[in-house]
Amino acid sequence: MNKTYYGKLIFELSKSGRTGYSLPKVESKYQLSALKCQRQAALELPECDELTVVRHYTNMSNNNFGVDTGFYPLGSCTMKYNPKINEEAATMPTFTRLHPATPDHCAQGALHVYYETQRMLSEIAGMGEFTLNPYAGAHGELTGLMVIRTYHERRGDTARTKILVPDSAHGTNPASAAVCGCEIVQVKSLADGTVDVEDLKTHLGADIAGMMMTNPNTLGIFERQIPEIAKLVHECGGLMYYDGANLNPMLGVCRPGDMGFDVMHINLHKTFSTPHGGGGPGSGPVGVRKGLEQYLPNPRVVKNFEMIEDEEEYSYYSIECNDEALGSVSSFLSNYGIIVRAYVYLLSLGKENVPMAGKLSVLNANYIKEQLKAYYKLPIDGLCKHEFVFDGLKDEYAGHHDEPDHVVTLDVAKRLLDYGFHAPTIYFPLLFHEAMMIEPTETESKETLDDFIAVMVKIAEEAKADRQMLKTAPHSTPVRRLDDVRAVKDAIFKF
Amino acid sequence: MKFFPHTDNDVQEMLRVIGVNSLDDLYAEIPEELKFKGELRLPSAMSESEVRRELQGVANLNDQLVCFAGQGAYDHYTPSVVPYITARSEFSTSYTPYQAEISQGTLQYIFEYQTMMCRLTGLDVSNASMYDGSTATAEAMMMCVAAAKKRRKVVISDTFLPAVMDVVKTYAHFHGVELIVVAAKDGLTDLDAICRLLEGDDIAGVLVPQPNRFGLIESFDGLADACHAHKALLAINTMASALAVLKTPGEWGADIACGDAQSLGIPVSYGGPYIGYLCTTDALIRKMPGRLVGQTVDTEGKRCFVLTMQAREQHIRREKATSNICTAQGVMCLWVACYLSLMGTKGLREVNENSYANAHLLHDRLLETGLFEEAFPGKEFLCEFTLRWKSDKMDVNEMHTALSMEGFLAGVVVCEDCGLIAFTATEERTEDEMDELVEAIKEAAL
Repeated sequence: MNKTYYGKLIFELSKSGRTGYSLPKVESKYQLSALKCQRQAALELPECDELTVVRHYTNMSNNNFGVDTGFYPLGSCTMKYNPKINEEAATMPTFTRLHPATPDHCAQGALHVYYETQRMLSEIAGMGEFTLNPYAGAHGELTGLMVIRTYHERRGDTARTKILVPDSAHGTNPASAAVCGCEIVQVKSLADGTVDVEDLKTHLGADIAGMMMTNPNTLGIFERQIPEIAKLVHECGGLMYYDGANLNPMLGVCRPGDMGFDVMHINLHKTFSTPHGGGGPGSGPVGVRKGLEQYLPNPRVVKNFEMIEDEEEYSYYSIECNDEALGSVSSFLSNYGIIVRAYVYLLSLGKENVPMAGKLSVLNANYIKEQLKAYYKLPIDGLCKHEFVFDGLKDEYAGHHDEPDHVVTLDVAKRLLDYGFHAPTIYFPLLFHEAMMIEPTETESKETLDDFIAVMVKIAEEAKADRQMLKTAPHSTPVRRLDDVRAVKDAIFKF
Repeated sequence: MKFFPHTDNDVQEMLRVIGVNSLDDLYAEIPEELKFKGELRLPSAMSESEVRRELQGVANLNDQLVCFAGQGAYDHYTPSVVPYITARSEFSTSYTPYQAEISQGTLQYIFEYQTMMCRLTGLDVSNASMYDGSTATAEAMMMCVAAAKKRRKVVISDTFLPAVMDVVKTYAHFHGVELIVVAAKDGLTDLDAICRLLEGDDIAGVLVPQPNRFGLIESFDGLADACHAHKALLAINTMASALAVLKTPGEWGADIACGDAQSLGIPVSYGGPYIGYLCTTDALIRKMPGRLVGQTVDTEGKRCFVLTMQAREQHIRREKATSNICTAQGVMCLWVACYLSLMGTKGLREVNENSYANAHLLHDRLLETGLFEEAFPGKEFLCEFTLRWKSDKMDVNEMHTALSMEGFLAGVVVCEDCGLIAFTATEERTEDEMDELVEAIKEAAL
């Protein structure tokens, strides 16, 4: 990353009369100027030559930090390496030039990729069937909740409108439930961060549509009570929803379907190595146990089998719409290009390596935790899964929280940027004041982890020696700490 | 091929530090009965060469058809620079720009994208993307309801693309919105019927498309005034590319502009990734879903950019958020910003002019065959138009299938029973390709 700030906007490079495109000349008697309802206001877009545009965005990219730049231990985001073969495959013209209205018989290759990805995810998750139509994790949650509501509606049970959500859940869980027209009932956590089963029992009743959970939970702790929880929710008539945000450590070890979950989503941009793209495009496939597949959204990709004369079996794929489906959540087959990337990743890893990804992510997380817990507060000790949460620096380094200049999690996070690491997720989960959530993923080497550990220790020492330096970090990034309050006050959202 | 750097020695050393004996011991707390026994039914690991071979095999099963289809996905020209820039891994492998000090690249392109979308739509503020045009329209519907507080009815014109309509209906059902579908009149939005519904003073918002599902250009004269007189919001869904030449949502007086920006040079890609856009007025900014980038300064006074107004969003407000959207289409904002920087006003106008010329030429040539008749005579269109198939030799589906065997994606059948088929010709189609299509249709109908 270039530490010199570039900072220009394309509008500032524009010069009247320059162009950066070329189109064939069309001589035609059909003139658009004949149209009635034309735009009146002049459209001001940049006028730039090609090289200016290329340099501009290249310089901008040099002020950006990605997984390819350095270690990205962002908890709950699973910032694993994005293999380049995924990109090569997804940008093949056979996929990028295929129109979504292409007849099925001309798109058998594309449909094969979609169908096989669906099938492989079902196997990994222990589910009956998947749809790959949701665009992102939160969209998957919404779709999954629609499945749950549809299931109840079709049984004529319209009283079930409440969704149980642990208080440690991601913000998208309650937000998705609200968009889906559900009421949210928060379930308390125990001191160790796991669901309080006694509290759960007090909420169960004929108005419960289902419960949303991650496992391992947001603190990286495996919810051992899951069979009991699933039993209780099922007995009261609700369904269990698995938020796949934390699926990575479970790969090949423990499947959501076997834990008692009925509906779930997976983030392909977390677990299956597709790039995060600075906030998308992602993909949030939804899986259901057998018996619920008819409710999955349209359109569906189906594999059909036919016998031909010599009794040889012949199969082909088709896109189908099903009257029993909950409706549809995407115009076409969603972020198809992302699905191709996940498909390629699964082919590369294969059955031998999928379980290793999970195990090594857990190894990496515990390795960091064990070596930093002397410096940072570890509220919940013991084996974590793919991630863990510190509650800030220990007081002996940070200073007591009564002291006005004591070092907080934000300072540690900002100082990490100076050392060429991305910060962990901070101030989430909300269970701890100084939360710092660390998820290294399996693609990082021991050397990288050792460097990170050394820097985290060094920052602890710096906190003791020079608090002011930490309070004003970062010092060597393209820009320094930003004025968030001014951004809201000035409300400048365009050039 | 695997992507873990661990040597056997690394694993042993790390296990020792942790104080366990094996990788399986890391899962000791998990009850045995929950553990997966056996082998996953997945293919065996492949080398990179094997993956390539496999993919080539898959690719060979697709047929590359000459594209005369639209209906929400348009085969426009993509400058070579755009995929090159958006593939830069500094952009593509980064996360949502929460750490602004090392994310100015992402934040700046989103700010540029927001600016360009405001200029295209004529509205005050744009968010940092929605998933696609259909979900953007569903979000617009939910915004109307949220802004109206007590009203739960939203009116939608049946001239929306069916795929968009299906998504909006699905969201409406689960979100508890009573969606009133107003039937089309001669292929256009029935403004009179909408105005009559507004008289009831219980409508939260009105949703209309531009151009509509038949490719026709709509006029919304008086609609915004009627909506506002009855305290309803107006949301117009416009194909993004057309915003360069058609009267803008801002000029029509709309409160929300939404739609798909795929038409801004994004490959058709079998349905995605595309990018939904959503713009609104300053008055409605707190009801707007999704992320927003704002300008500020750092401690040294340098102008820079940051995610802002986050108090609307799910990670702060949870169930009270304006939407559940989190990850949206990220780097596709860069695609749009880069495309528009290269094309400029002149280029985007030329795209529209050339598409207009090609589509009108094809329209007339197809009518000349005598195999079609106009479905909506005299109505204006841009790059997509709808005709009625009238040959009695075969139905419209049979013709369409026959053409696919000849290498053409001959439009999209929009009504099987009434023989309606929508053709699109963008600036990417050549006169030769159009001649060949027309000849192939004539041949098929012989």
